[in-house]
Amino acid sequence: MRLLIRAPKDFCIGLIYLAAGSAGLLIGRNYPFGSGARMGPGYFPMVVAGLLVLFGAIALIRSVTAEGEGIGGFAWKQIALVLGSAVAFGLLLETAGLVVALVALVLVGAAASENFRLEWMAVLGLLVLVTFCALVFVKGLGLPMPLVGSWFQTLAPAWLGG
Amino acid sequence: MDVLESLLLGAQTALSIGNLAYCLVGVLLGTAIGVLPGVGPTATIAMLLPITLGLPPVSALIMLAGIFYGAQYGGSTTAILMNLPGEATSVVTALDGYKMARQGKAGLALAVAAIGSFIAGTIATVIIAFFAPPLAELALQFGAAEYFSLMVLGLIASIVLAHGSLLHAIGMILLGLMLGMVGTDLNSGTSRYTFEIPELADGVGFVPLAMGLFGIGEIIANLEHESRRESLVKSLSSLLPTREDWKRITGPILRGTALGSLLGILPGGGAMLASFGAYALEKKIARNPGEFGNGAIQGVAAPEAANNAGAQTSFIPMLTLGLPSNPVMALMIGAMIMQGIQPGPTVLTEQPNLFWGLIVSMWVGNLMLVILNLPLIGIWVRMISIPYHFLYPAIMVFCAIGAFSLNNTTFDVYMMALFGLLGYVFRKLDAEPAPLLLAFILGPMMEDFLRRALLVSQGNPTVLLTRPISGGMLACAALLLTFVMVPSLNKSRAVAFSEE
Repeated sequence: MRLLIRAPKDFCIGLIYLAAGSAGLLIGRNYPFGSGARMGPGYFPMVVAGLLVLFGAIALIRSVTAEGEGIGGFAWKQIALVLGSAVAFGLLLETAGLVVALVALVLVGAAASENFRLEWMAVLGLLVLVTFCALVFVKGLGLPMPLVGSWFQTLAPAWLGG
Repeated sequence: MDVLESLLLGAQTALSIGNLAYCLVGVLLGTAIGVLPGVGPTATIAMLLPITLGLPPVSALIMLAGIFYGAQYGGSTTAILMNLPGEATSVVTALDGYKMARQGKAGLALAVAAIGSFIAGTIATVIIAFFAPPLAELALQFGAAEYFSLMVLGLIASIVLAHGSLLHAIGMILLGLMLGMVGTDLNSGTSRYTFEIPELADGVGFVPLAMGLFGIGEIIANLEHESRRESLVKSLSSLLPTREDWKRITGPILRGTALGSLLGILPGGGAMLASFGAYALEKKIARNPGEFGNGAIQGVAAPEAANNAGAQTSFIPMLTLGLPSNPVMALMIGAMIMQGIQPGPTVLTEQPNLFWGLIVSMWVGNLMLVILNLPLIGIWVRMISIPYHFLYPAIMVFCAIGAFSLNNTTFDVYMMALFGLLGYVFRKLDAEPAPLLLAFILGPMMEDFLRRALLVSQGNPTVLLTRPISGGMLACAALLLTFVMVPSLNKSRAVAFSEE
């Protein structure tokens, strides 16, 4: 199998296109197709998904016939930390509040960098950033983000707006 | 209404205190974020788009346009000072600009880039004022079939004029069309590909998609090849061009402007081809081509002018036809739709103050750039020297809050993360995400135009070919595709993009 695939990038992108196209066809067949003169909601999806399957297949064929570069490793650690930081922000925003969510976002995200150290400059920057966001986005622009979330609701003084 | 009268109307809109202020803020913010290494104009605009949504449409578009020029100029600054081009179009600027900076002429290189961009921007603004109205008038006669074919042509042209694998790019277009279908079908009310998630009923969020693909995806890719790069120049004395320099840059700026304006109008948007082409042209006609690559001042002037002229004239298809020619224009159209404006030729007839106000503000924005950036350059240099590991967490913060703020839901933050992953994977597999974004914007319009064209023709798809303008555009699209597929011609395309 490994020897067969000579262009791994084509192979992977072909798989993605094929998977997306097949899913599109599978789900889209439930939508009314309509007729040529009266395109139903299923018409355009079926055409596009069909083409996606076709081009996915072409990419797969090309991956065994044409030579191509290797993909190289994926930066798993960076992916996990950067995406994880965004997810952590989402999970913590309403429960723990903006302040905690921002600290988590910044610290988890920053851990993805090899150069990051938790030194006083970084802590200072974090404090400035959190204060800035709290003042501008919550107090200034009035975005509905709790500074202190439901977890700490009973502990928060009323002026923080919990 | 003749052009002069229209420009006066535009001046009234653009020169109101409020809009001047939004333009200024846009230009400053755009430059400030654009100079940050590793943040391209598309990511900059995606990140700043949410703050414009509360403004009235005219002010929002003026501010976004300001952000765009600012980001472009900021990108050139980083390219010249750090040899770190933020996007493909400033790759060429880095070639000679960075050499000039190493020879101690960074101030001059930055000044030439600013002046070249300003001259190009001025000429391109005049071109827009003269060419856009007739084009919009022509477009008013387009039927549904013509629009559908135009969009097909636009999408095909965007992948032919971009670099990278054609096969991958076509797939990206199709993926973008699929993503555009998610949500409630406006015609029938059927929910499509929503997986019964209520947040998807209105479709995939455009801002989380753009932020993820271009912002977050870029961050992961940058972290993978993380290195510490110091700015070459800590302080610089502003060096205005001498009389001798002016002699050397006038020709290149004008030729660059001409080439850039022309390529920018094309539906595929050739801002990148323009800067590469302008550089190659100057090198070819130069008396001593050996200078190029070793700090030739023409090598900064010509591509910067071409780049800016192309960026400016790419507003023509966007404003008159509703056709985005690059991801930035796709973002502008997305912003228009969110503001409740249907992009297309009717913008000119129904909202002339928006159309002309935007055009006049383009010139004002360019003027602000050239006036502000020469004195402010010290601040930009200091911003460049912020290490990346301090920068990107802050960018993440603004992206996350921006994504949340659109609908006040954390769902959009998760979507942004998901598209960030996709953006990174696509980059790894040599699949440029730009066509996906264009297709995502155009998809719902294409479906609607196709439906209407087929309704009129009673289901006969040949109507797309038999109507002359529509058929002509599809023929152009087919021709472009065959050009790229013929191997020998494809090779010359590859050469054009690797020209140094």
